[in-house]
Amino acid sequence: MTSVAQQLIYFFSALLLLLNFAMLAQRRVLTLIRLLALQGLVLSINMACIAYAFSLPEFYLTMILTLTLKVWLIPFVLRRLLIKFGMQGKIELILNLPIILLIGLALVIFAFNLSNSLMESISNNIALALASVLISSFTLITKRKAISQVISLLALENSLFFVVSSSTYGMSLVVELGVAFDVLIGLFIFGIFFFRIRENFESLDIIHLEKLRED
Amino acid sequence: MLIALLLIIPLLSAVFLAFLGTRPKAAKMNIVASLSSFITALGLAVQIKQQKMSLAGNGWFYLDYLSVFLIVLTAFIGLTTAFFSVRYLINEQKIRKLSRKKLRFFFSFYQFFFFAAFLILVTNNLGILWVAMECATLTTVMLVGLYHIPQSLEAAWKYLILCGFGLTQALLGTILFYIAAEKLSNSHNMLLWTELHAASSHLSPHMISIAFVFILVGYGTKAGFVPLHNWLPDVYGESIAPVLALLSGVLLNLAFYAILRFKLIADGATGSDFSNHLLQGFGLLNIIIAAFFLLRQREIKRFFAYSSIEHIGLISFAFGLGTPLALFAGLLHMMSHSLAKSAAFFSAGYAVQTRNSLLMDDIKGLSRDYPGLGWGLLLCVFSLIGLPPSALFTSEFLILFTAIKEHIGLTLPFIIGLSIAFAAILFRVQKMVFDPQDYPQTVKITPLNLYPIYIHLVLIIGLGLFIPVLFIQWNEQVIQLIKEFL
Repeated sequence: MTSVAQQLIYFFSALLLLLNFAMLAQRRVLTLIRLLALQGLVLSINMACIAYAFSLPEFYLTMILTLTLKVWLIPFVLRRLLIKFGMQGKIELILNLPIILLIGLALVIFAFNLSNSLMESISNNIALALASVLISSFTLITKRKAISQVISLLALENSLFFVVSSSTYGMSLVVELGVAFDVLIGLFIFGIFFFRIRENFESLDIIHLEKLRED
Repeated sequence: MLIALLLIIPLLSAVFLAFLGTRPKAAKMNIVASLSSFITALGLAVQIKQQKMSLAGNGWFYLDYLSVFLIVLTAFIGLTTAFFSVRYLINEQKIRKLSRKKLRFFFSFYQFFFFAAFLILVTNNLGILWVAMECATLTTVMLVGLYHIPQSLEAAWKYLILCGFGLTQALLGTILFYIAAEKLSNSHNMLLWTELHAASSHLSPHMISIAFVFILVGYGTKAGFVPLHNWLPDVYGESIAPVLALLSGVLLNLAFYAILRFKLIADGATGSDFSNHLLQGFGLLNIIIAAFFLLRQREIKRFFAYSSIEHIGLISFAFGLGTPLALFAGLLHMMSHSLAKSAAFFSAGYAVQTRNSLLMDDIKGLSRDYPGLGWGLLLCVFSLIGLPPSALFTSEFLILFTAIKEHIGLTLPFIIGLSIAFAAILFRVQKMVFDPQDYPQTVKITPLNLYPIYIHLVLIIGLGLFIPVLFIQWNEQVIQLIKEFL
């Protein structure tokens, strides 16, 4: 049973990594949000598997939290914002696509190399997770719209939750609630800032937010 | 009991001020709340002096000499900043039309910030530490973006994204620490600092090294370590003075406190100088880069921002050296820098209001029009660059002394950085204080409004002339805590 569960966890981490690559390459904001929701779904299915396989009933609670927050609420809010501001268009990337994907590949190799010498039982989990984190971080800097930066941060957050759930079967519930709460407040503040940025600059392009710098 | 009080006072005041913050008395209520926090902090100090350390609430809260040292410092700066903000905000209402609604917003978030700050310092749970740090960050983001003008929006956005990203790295670091520990005992308590610290010699060194790098990058972003400092000058340049006092006097220390907590575990696990070398490297890089940027600044707040980057470098370098003397210097520097920098921002805030400009070229001749303010600013700056009677001289001298003794090669970049910064600061500020020009008198600043600045100055110079036995004993205890594994 546990070995099947372990296989499933590997499968889901690979899926998460794939989704991260998809987000790295994706240029439509609406699709980015769909991918984010899909990540949340993979995360919660993975949690359900762990909860079932290792019979951890309190883990279902975390799963339900993830499901409502990451699969429904956050993508819902983001999509509403998107439609409200009418910015369904494409995002400019800072490099061309093949180079971005190649760098992403290099990051994965780096992550596996780094965690190679760790304990046998967890090194694969951690390698996949590190790779996801690095790729989401890279996504953050390759896209030039305010909303895509937020989406990348949330994807980064998803990857972190995946590490926690797959290699330790959850931190304490209080901490997870706290983190979820912070993410929610953060999203709220992002929303406020969208309105203010829009008010001031009439667009959500990061170009307008590059005035302050050393001369 | 006292811990609960320390957390409840600012939290309740935040709620109260959210409703009553528009009233004229709100500034006074803010002072009362900060004063009660400070008294509670003193109570905790007395308690710790008797018990050495205390675990409370089923091990969720933990206090030792290090955390109480910072609690008292934080609460003190909270108190003087509350005093300072009374006159500052009245002026601000006149000059920049700060509305009553925003005032309410400011007071409520001010208190909530201190709730988060105290939670960082009293919690034993490293996950909660992260949650509280994120709370403190989000609170200050809102305070930075208090004016809805393009520049402050841009600064707040950069702050939000960069520190949001940094904190995610810190969370990953925390998780890796937890994974490393959880494999040992399979207990859910392994997020507690006391448990991790006790088990640290059994943790996998390789894993902990990776985790510590993430922690250093993550919380280092908040502290302003050099390749990750980009947000700091922008944010400092666009915020109002009381918020700057919080950012530089409190939040910088808290970020470094978080790094220290993890460093103690990492030292136990790796049993080597790994973390020390990282801290030394970041420290020297900060000192040198900040010195060169100081030379080219034209705006007063950005100028002090680079000075903060330099000082966090000094603190980090001191802790990286790791000898008891250097640790003592680091603690002394943490305290005196907080006091000096917040006083500098108080006077810079007033100075900007009197001349209605951020540019240092526009702020001239303060000593004639506002003698108390001009001399206050000059003295703050003298303390910051480490001229003798100030406590920063003592600490910088001790750091240099240790560096010569331990790693003679590191003293050269250290001295170069310090001298450049010294020259840059002295050259700039002299003009601001002297060199009189005619300006219309716009705002009123009475001597009574200046006393937060002078209280800080008296403390810094007092500590420079004479370090009380209590302070030395206290720091000896902290050093013992840090040196336990080395």
